[in-house]
Amino acid sequence: MNLLIDAWLWIIAPEQWTGNYALPTLLLQQIGFTFAAVGIATVIAVPAGWAIGHTGKGREIAVAISGAARAIPSFGLLILLVLVLGVTRRPEAALVTFVLLAIPSLLAGAYTGLQAIDRATIDAARAVGMTRWQVLWRVEVPLGLPLLVGGLRTATLQVVATVTIAAYVNLGGLGWPIIQGIPLGRFDQVLAGAVLVAALALVLDGLLALAQRAAVPRGLRAAPRSAPQADREPTFDKPRQTPDALATRSSS
Amino acid sequence: MTTTRTLRAAALAGAAALLLAGCASGNPLEEPTDGSGSGEMMSDTIVVGSQAYYSNEIIAEIYAQALENAGFDVERQFNIGQRDAYIPALESGEVTLFPEYSGNLLQYFDPETTARTADEVYAALPDALPEGLVVLDQSSATDQDSYTVTSAFADQYSLVSIADLANVTEPLTLGGPPELAERPYGPTGLADVYGIDVGFSATGDTTFEDLEAGTINLANIYTADPRIQTAGLVVLEDPEGLFLASNVVPVVNADVADEIADVINAVSAALTPEGLVALNVQSTVDEMSPADIASQWLQENGLS
Repeated sequence: MNLLIDAWLWIIAPEQWTGNYALPTLLLQQIGFTFAAVGIATVIAVPAGWAIGHTGKGREIAVAISGAARAIPSFGLLILLVLVLGVTRRPEAALVTFVLLAIPSLLAGAYTGLQAIDRATIDAARAVGMTRWQVLWRVEVPLGLPLLVGGLRTATLQVVATVTIAAYVNLGGLGWPIIQGIPLGRFDQVLAGAVLVAALALVLDGLLALAQRAAVPRGLRAAPRSAPQADREPTFDKPRQTPDALATRSSS
Repeated sequence: MTTTRTLRAAALAGAAALLLAGCASGNPLEEPTDGSGSGEMMSDTIVVGSQAYYSNEIIAEIYAQALENAGFDVERQFNIGQRDAYIPALESGEVTLFPEYSGNLLQYFDPETTARTADEVYAALPDALPEGLVVLDQSSATDQDSYTVTSAFADQYSLVSIADLANVTEPLTLGGPPELAERPYGPTGLADVYGIDVGFSATGDTTFEDLEAGTINLANIYTADPRIQTAGLVVLEDPEGLFLASNVVPVVNADVADEIADVINAVSAALTPEGLVALNVQSTVDEMSPADIASQWLQENGLS
């Protein structure tokens, strides 16, 4: 308990709010890297995920790549890239590491969002004469949005926690108090850094949870039974068939 | 089902075996004693130890070979670990000779010490060391913190000592591990002791690469770093004693100190700062074994 109080006192001490390593600066660096990495990963992973979900092809490759990417040790990769790219390219090295970390969750979110849609809805859309592009943009993407935002939420959470390691290669961020505090034996500082990262992660998670609920299309909010579950963690499951669709097929 | 029952029995037997193994007392990492271990130390077997640090192992190997050339029986126990691991072995007599670093050793026993220069530190050591341990002559070779610049930068501003940094007309940025910002010999120490203002960049493990790339112009590097030779770096002198001096010094069990003093003191006298860096280069760049490096050094210095 004393250590928590010491950590709080460290956070509010005036030294932490001035200078090169002031807490607002570190916070902005942490948020900056997180948003940049998740943004770049979104541009890469979401169109790919939509393509896989819409056409149904390439699912195995996506699963394999995402699985492998999740296994990459971010810390090792960061050090490796800094040494390979050179110390003048540390921000690029860090961004690559964090983007690779964010891609699997975003890919999964985009893909499962589309795959979880009732096939009957897609059939109905084709039946009223929509082209494939119209089906994608007007039906699949809006219906898949909650799971996509769920994937975004997972990716953001993982990245914001991992950006802590950027301090190890002199890129600042909320990992700085931790990296400096351990050799100095100042554990109030270490705990303060850890608490700040956790608090930031919780805030972002809360905001994205709200976004996930808001992403459910208005028409589906009135019919909760058939709405995609807003809080479900996206995974690479097989396409789900509704009992009605199965019954229709078997009786025809 | 027979198979399920057999499987269950086998699993239970396995678990029981593991449980019983856990009950065994005794340290599996302990080396088997065969009578010639800790209790009875033969009077002329010198046990030389070393840290888990390649440079320290080379110095220990030099000690060992020098003693063997002088007719002593030598047993080597290298790569023991940190001070927490090997100081007890020294105190108990299990290890009798160890190459140490004066400043760091002094701080281990007396953390509040105010001694800073090489002579002050060496003078303070005998009182700080526990009973039964003494130090022989210290070497001029060091392995300590320093402020280092590239040779081009040193030439440009005629830098020889840290005080000369006052000549530098461009902004100075110091690079080093993150905790350097808070150390008494960090930026605050530079300002207080030498009146030099520097910015700080927490370059950590890439300090050398950052110095070469020019993102920092002053680096905190250890004085025995082989890259001082390979990259032609210039270690700035520290006349005001900002850094804790840490010279190579042999720590010896008091019982054998007199016997081996002549041999080891000759080694310490012959070992120079540049010489130690050269030994480290042979290890890291030429990838020679400690034994080869040691025998070559002893031959070159007329001690074999």
